[in-house]
Amino acid sequence: MTITMKKKDVVLIGFGWTGAILGQELTEAGLDVLALERGEMRDTPTDARYPQVIDELAYSIRGKLYQDLSRETVTVRHGVDDLAVPYRQHGSFLLGNGVGGAGLHWNGMHYRVLPEELQLRTRYEQRYGRHFIPEGMTIRDFPVTYDELEPFFTKFEYVCGTSGKAGNLGGRKIEGGNPFEGPRSKDYPTPPLHNGYGADLVWKGAVEAGFHPYYAPAANCSTPYTNPYGVRLGPCNFCGFCENYACYMYSKASPQTTILPVLLRKPNFEVRPRAQVLKINLDSTGKKATGVTYVDGKGREIFQPADLVIVTAYQMHNVRLLLLSGIGKPYNPKTGEGVVGMNYAYQAMGGVEVLLPSGTRLNPFIGTGAGGVSIDDVNGDQFDHGPLGFVGGASVRHVRLGGRPIQMTPTVPGTPKWGSAWKSAVKDTYQRELHIDLSGSVAAYQDVYLDLDPTYRDSYGQPLLRLTYNWHDNEARLMHHVGDRISEIAKAMNAEKYWVTNRVTPGAKYDVRFYQSTHTTGGAIMGADPRNSVVNRYLQSWDVPNVFVMGSSAFPQNMGYNPTGLVGALAYWAAKAIREQYLKNPGPLVQA
Amino acid sequence: MMTRHLSAAALLAGLAFASGGAHAADDAQVARGAYIARAGDCVACHTATGGAPFAGGLAIQTPMGRIYSTNITPDPETGIGTYDFAAFDRAVRGGVNQAGHRLYPAMPYPSYARVSPDDMQALYAYFMHGVKPQHQPNRPADIAWPLSMRWPLMVWDAMFAPSPATATAPPSGSADQLARGRYLVVGLEHCGSCHTPRGFALQEKALTDVDGTAYLSGAPIDGWLAKSLRSDGPDGLSAWSVRDIVTFLKTGRTDQVAAFGGMKDVVVHSTQYLNDDDLTAIALYLKSLGGKGGAAPALRPDATATTALRTGHDLPRGGRVFLDNCAACHRTGGQGYDGVFPRLALSSVVNSADPMSLVRIVLEGSRMAPTAGAPAAFGMPGLGWRLDDRDVADVVTFIRTSWGNHGAPVSAEDVARIRRTINSGPTPESRNTVDPSPS
Repeated sequence: MTITMKKKDVVLIGFGWTGAILGQELTEAGLDVLALERGEMRDTPTDARYPQVIDELAYSIRGKLYQDLSRETVTVRHGVDDLAVPYRQHGSFLLGNGVGGAGLHWNGMHYRVLPEELQLRTRYEQRYGRHFIPEGMTIRDFPVTYDELEPFFTKFEYVCGTSGKAGNLGGRKIEGGNPFEGPRSKDYPTPPLHNGYGADLVWKGAVEAGFHPYYAPAANCSTPYTNPYGVRLGPCNFCGFCENYACYMYSKASPQTTILPVLLRKPNFEVRPRAQVLKINLDSTGKKATGVTYVDGKGREIFQPADLVIVTAYQMHNVRLLLLSGIGKPYNPKTGEGVVGMNYAYQAMGGVEVLLPSGTRLNPFIGTGAGGVSIDDVNGDQFDHGPLGFVGGASVRHVRLGGRPIQMTPTVPGTPKWGSAWKSAVKDTYQRELHIDLSGSVAAYQDVYLDLDPTYRDSYGQPLLRLTYNWHDNEARLMHHVGDRISEIAKAMNAEKYWVTNRVTPGAKYDVRFYQSTHTTGGAIMGADPRNSVVNRYLQSWDVPNVFVMGSSAFPQNMGYNPTGLVGALAYWAAKAIREQYLKNPGPLVQA
Repeated sequence: MMTRHLSAAALLAGLAFASGGAHAADDAQVARGAYIARAGDCVACHTATGGAPFAGGLAIQTPMGRIYSTNITPDPETGIGTYDFAAFDRAVRGGVNQAGHRLYPAMPYPSYARVSPDDMQALYAYFMHGVKPQHQPNRPADIAWPLSMRWPLMVWDAMFAPSPATATAPPSGSADQLARGRYLVVGLEHCGSCHTPRGFALQEKALTDVDGTAYLSGAPIDGWLAKSLRSDGPDGLSAWSVRDIVTFLKTGRTDQVAAFGGMKDVVVHSTQYLNDDDLTAIALYLKSLGGKGGAAPALRPDATATTALRTGHDLPRGGRVFLDNCAACHRTGGQGYDGVFPRLALSSVVNSADPMSLVRIVLEGSRMAPTAGAPAAFGMPGLGWRLDDRDVADVVTFIRTSWGNHGAPVSAEDVARIRRTINSGPTPESRNTVDPSPS
């Protein structure tokens, strides 16, 4: 029997970054807000207890903070006619869980967006002609511009205490910052983290090779910092345990270190952990949400009525919940009809591995989540794609994450994987090998999408989400080009040896066994037209106007940058529209 | 259940009910009374953990047995709804309830006796008109006869409790800041309840500065050291500026230190609500208290330990424990990070003669009190599960003798004694006796 709870003004489904932002913004507007989080309550003293948290086996290998895939996962296949099988072990992407979501255990790479990426189709068509974008590639413009989002990028950076250096302050170019970035209204709230020796070498090599290196923007505070909510953060101490871990220094921005100390104390806010939402309930017209149904920690099914339902889970879970709730028409790749699940995209990861001369001492254990050197010369549309014939670019960075014993003991190709030869190789390379990351954009395609799996179900009996994904030739060519260009940096560094380690090569198939990126996007994309998008420019469902969907599920395609900065900015942008427009006159904010 | 010890607490015990009642009061009077109730921190003891404000029921441990704070909401049956002003005043300032029974001096009426009649009127107006009535019967004390007899308290009161004040108090914002500060410290804030040592009958050895240099000279309370608030050298307030004290009382921390133990509740429930004029007055008054044994020489920074930690040379065993457990946040210079991780170098807490607070924080950890001015509740994990008594003694001794600190060494026996009084989980010795191999 379903228990019905007292009605709330707002229900948030999922309590990570976007849930915390919307919770804070809408309680400020005086609303009574409830967050439902399927995972456990988490906080720094409980989940970043020093020194227990410094445990690579527990957190990086066994994924202590991740979603339990034996209860719920996704299925994966390469093509629209293939059979999908469940993703049974964390590999290609790492699904978060619990209060704070993946925002508790991300690295803190806090980029904005290159302005041209938001008007991608228009930009390519204008610069390279209408036929440049290949058949089957379904890239779009975002229905919002960089200038519109700029105040919200700034706001999120100031909440996070992000460290970095502006390269374009209101149109004025500044040495040491990113010359390609859109104009900023304000500099970063904290100065750049100190570069390690490896980052210094990459910076120097990049300058010699003609690139424009800049301090990588890091949501790892470089100094103690008090954010606009009055919440103080600690400084990064370069411990080298960032991604996969909660930060015991209170330095890495997470909902816990930036918003929750204020939000959780508000009388008009409540979070219920261990609450697995099964669906959003609709009234008989199917055009209005009445609340959500969830199963609590005791296994009871509960109906929570609400005036406004905001989907604030991870990208894949957002899309799945819309499909399970019957909100919006599911996308069909064969007919091209429907919208929910379309334009799923990923990132094309690769790198240039650099072996420096013997005797180099990088001291790789001095690591941060996101500080280091970054390069945008081959990102976005900052170079001429005309003669190259592909769409997209890659953000490039050297960030020394640490020198941990299990995953951070690289060797040169051809080295045995175990035994005394492996040991002596690790001893040789530990201090002198470094990695330059290539994070390539991935376009959207007609044959790449998300839907509900016809076979596999989760522990509540609901269909799993099915990913239909494979690499396309465009990304293989992009990554080949970027690998070649960035190898020039390795050459300039007088490397003893260097080699490109791209995942995406011509003919390669998507392999979920290896970690690549958790930057999955699309499936509930934002757009100007309800015929080819799921939500409008304020992330409001076209079909059910009292449902909003946050997160990177709104991206029409993926970019080279890490997505969190854009996710946070869009959440603040949507929150403002809800506060200033929707609450005064509930209904569609954009007329279809 | 959360318990508090006698001297930390305020308690109205054994209230009965008679006729009388509230008279009309204007909103301004009620608001003023609410502020006075904050300053008196009534809510801290008269609210059970998770209970309704002022409905009582908090257990308070006394040497005679456990007693429970009473319902002071205006509920006519179970609270103080039938108290007229005279009865209310006699309870708060005289230690005698409406039925004529003596209160246990867990209730700080010897301090509240200093509260002015005007402020008492406002406080009364607040409790009658600003507090929501809660029907919650009082719980009798767990004290066996003959100790349960209350008449001996009359003798105690005659010896130790002053007569209620008759003078008007200097108001908030008064030009005479010292007088205002003194009024708050000796009266409403009853700082001496914890910070003044107690005598043979558990009475505070001094109730005001004129009673002697024992006043606010520091005392153990609930397994913590309530520090000296006098300017008497390394463990008092001599190195604290007025601004430091104001910031501490307002937010529960300064750049260098954070509240721990019972002081967290004081800040959360009381001092963070005081206006800046009153906090400044309190700080000026405290700074006016001279040292108990003359001013001690100021501590001077010394980089020897920092060098040893950074180079690994001449590092005592305690320094190695420090590197493995403490340095990540408190740093090799012992300076911590401003407003995040407290400073150990030249800290008045670290240099206290009695190391109990420092040892206890190492064993149990601590979490800062979240306040409106500083909502981030930074935490330190307890290390008692991984450090044995010798480790703790070595590291605490290292901390107390490094960077210019001049605290006396701490022995493993000292640590063992403190460990026994708190619940810090199994000691590493017992953990290590488990044979990891299956047999």
